[in-house]
Amino acid sequence: MFVQATTTMPMIVAVSGDLAEACIVVVKIEIDLCMLAVYNRIILWQVPVPCVVLKIPSEAGGQPMVVRHQWPKEGISRIPYWVYTDPEVYAREQERIFCGRSWAYVALEAEIPTAGDFKRTIIGDKPVVVVRDEAGGLNVVENRCAHRGVQFCQTHLGHATEFMCPYHQWTYNLQGDLIGVPFRHGIKQQGGMPADFALKQHGLRKLQVATRHGVVFASFADEVEPLEDYLGLDMLKLFDRVFDGREIEVLGYSRQLIPANWKLMFENIKDPYHASLLHVFLVTFGLFRADNPSKVQVDKTGRHGALISWRGEQQRTSDNAEMKSLLEHFTLRDPSILQPVREFPEYTVVMMTLWPNLIIQQQSNTLAMRQLVTKGPESFELAWTFFGYKDEPDDLRHRRIRQANLMGPAGFVSLDDSEVIKFSQEGLRQYPEGTGVMEMGGRDWQESESHMVTEGAIRSFYDYYRRVMEL
Amino acid sequence: MTASENFRTLHRRDLRLDVEELYAEYVACLDEERFEEWPEFFTDDAIYRIIPRENFERGLPIATLHCESKGYLQDRVVAIRQTSVYAPRYMRRLVSNIRILGWQDDRLEVHVNYAAFETLRDELTRVFSVGRCHDTLVDVGGSLKFKEKLVIFDSELIPNSLIYPL
Repeated sequence: MFVQATTTMPMIVAVSGDLAEACIVVVKIEIDLCMLAVYNRIILWQVPVPCVVLKIPSEAGGQPMVVRHQWPKEGISRIPYWVYTDPEVYAREQERIFCGRSWAYVALEAEIPTAGDFKRTIIGDKPVVVVRDEAGGLNVVENRCAHRGVQFCQTHLGHATEFMCPYHQWTYNLQGDLIGVPFRHGIKQQGGMPADFALKQHGLRKLQVATRHGVVFASFADEVEPLEDYLGLDMLKLFDRVFDGREIEVLGYSRQLIPANWKLMFENIKDPYHASLLHVFLVTFGLFRADNPSKVQVDKTGRHGALISWRGEQQRTSDNAEMKSLLEHFTLRDPSILQPVREFPEYTVVMMTLWPNLIIQQQSNTLAMRQLVTKGPESFELAWTFFGYKDEPDDLRHRRIRQANLMGPAGFVSLDDSEVIKFSQEGLRQYPEGTGVMEMGGRDWQESESHMVTEGAIRSFYDYYRRVMEL
Repeated sequence: MTASENFRTLHRRDLRLDVEELYAEYVACLDEERFEEWPEFFTDDAIYRIIPRENFERGLPIATLHCESKGYLQDRVVAIRQTSVYAPRYMRRLVSNIRILGWQDDRLEVHVNYAAFETLRDELTRVFSVGRCHDTLVDVGGSLKFKEKLVIFDSELIPNSLIYPL
């Protein structure tokens, strides 16, 4: 339910939710507003649902403004810009997407191999701790003491036999159960907790946990479908291509703060169209280019996606004639930066976007998890975990280290993306009622398309997003 | 006496002046965006890496920027000049607390602190990166060059993108 109230102007318009629950509140409408409303073709008594209406009062006594949030009538071939800026939308995303019925990526098992190992991480904007207990089980708990909310775990990775909040030393075991409260029975028969205070009622909040082939996911929801069903058969096959049961080894981290809405990052990796235009490196060296054989795959709900392709040649043809970024005679001074070897079956690149917070990157020999951590509507952290396989040949390991130059905040390829995503946010920020046009490859989406000239995976994402968000 | 021996026999104060001058010139070259001249501060086989402190301390091999020859540096310059898409910016670097640790055979070990400030259009200047460099210098034809430059940054988060070298 979204209701915006104001203390300065005596009018409110608010509508949200299902038809059955919809309510319209109009306290008092001034003439100015009526005129404005008519101008905006808003008939206040028949506001369509679902939608969100926000009202911004005018302190200076001028015309009050009504900013309506309603998805454009064209549907998923348009993206309204308020989804990237509005704090109310952001709050609802946290509740319904990140804390909703989703499996969020939290860790690689290789990061916490032995009992007591823990990793501090964030789902959406909610801090959690992933910890391996004495029995080898994985637990994910909120990083928030049950007593006063203190974030008790302060290091990225570490080892513990128990967690003790520093403030009043409430102590939890590795499953998140409260096992100790100092002065619980008072001192000298004075004070202490009430007699009926039960430790077991005050543990850390525990999340659901699922793992597959060394990758750990967690969910705030009480009921969520099994991870395998959640991913779907097609995504599962692509997932297992990289996570095939071999032991993973973490090769390094990279963290960047991108001043843009988190969804723009997902869109970027669901958008093969831009890659053939923006990225000189991908295009020139044929790493990912629209004239190469390629596929766009999404799951049946539309929420997950994968961009799939085969490497092509540095060669000008009639199919890539429009690609200004293809520099036919461009050569590297040291070509060893980019000498991939064939490593995985079939495709040479698979970029997966898994709802709600994970990008799995396999571009040639560079492998990484890119975790999206939201920090308000206009900022997110992109946390990269580069990895390889345990006991892999030195030569392959060295290629991964060299090819990592393509990726991350200084990546020959991905720095273009973080810069352009920022440009997007700068351009749309002041125009919440503006819309993005998503018509490349049609106005709808399919589970599989055998080319790159499409924005279908972005449309499928928003199709699912709108259902979850009821927007 | 070879050039290298010449450096090694320099009075401590003279050596320090030479090293300080090298860093002053290095920083000026980057601050003034004379990127084409930047690789010339390095040997042909130079290692240049910008690495998050957490990776360095855990011994993890992935760098944010990884170069293992002068060619890599030159390719970075081509990216800056021609192929990368990025917002215009100024970057200013301060190098301080230069510590000359001493010679290891023909290599001079130097540790310094640095801070880099970034100024983007419409924005206030911000601290972009703070950290330290572990450098190895060698004498090439009578002048000191970087054989290895390891830039270890404390900053947990890189503000958006790392475009210009440190």
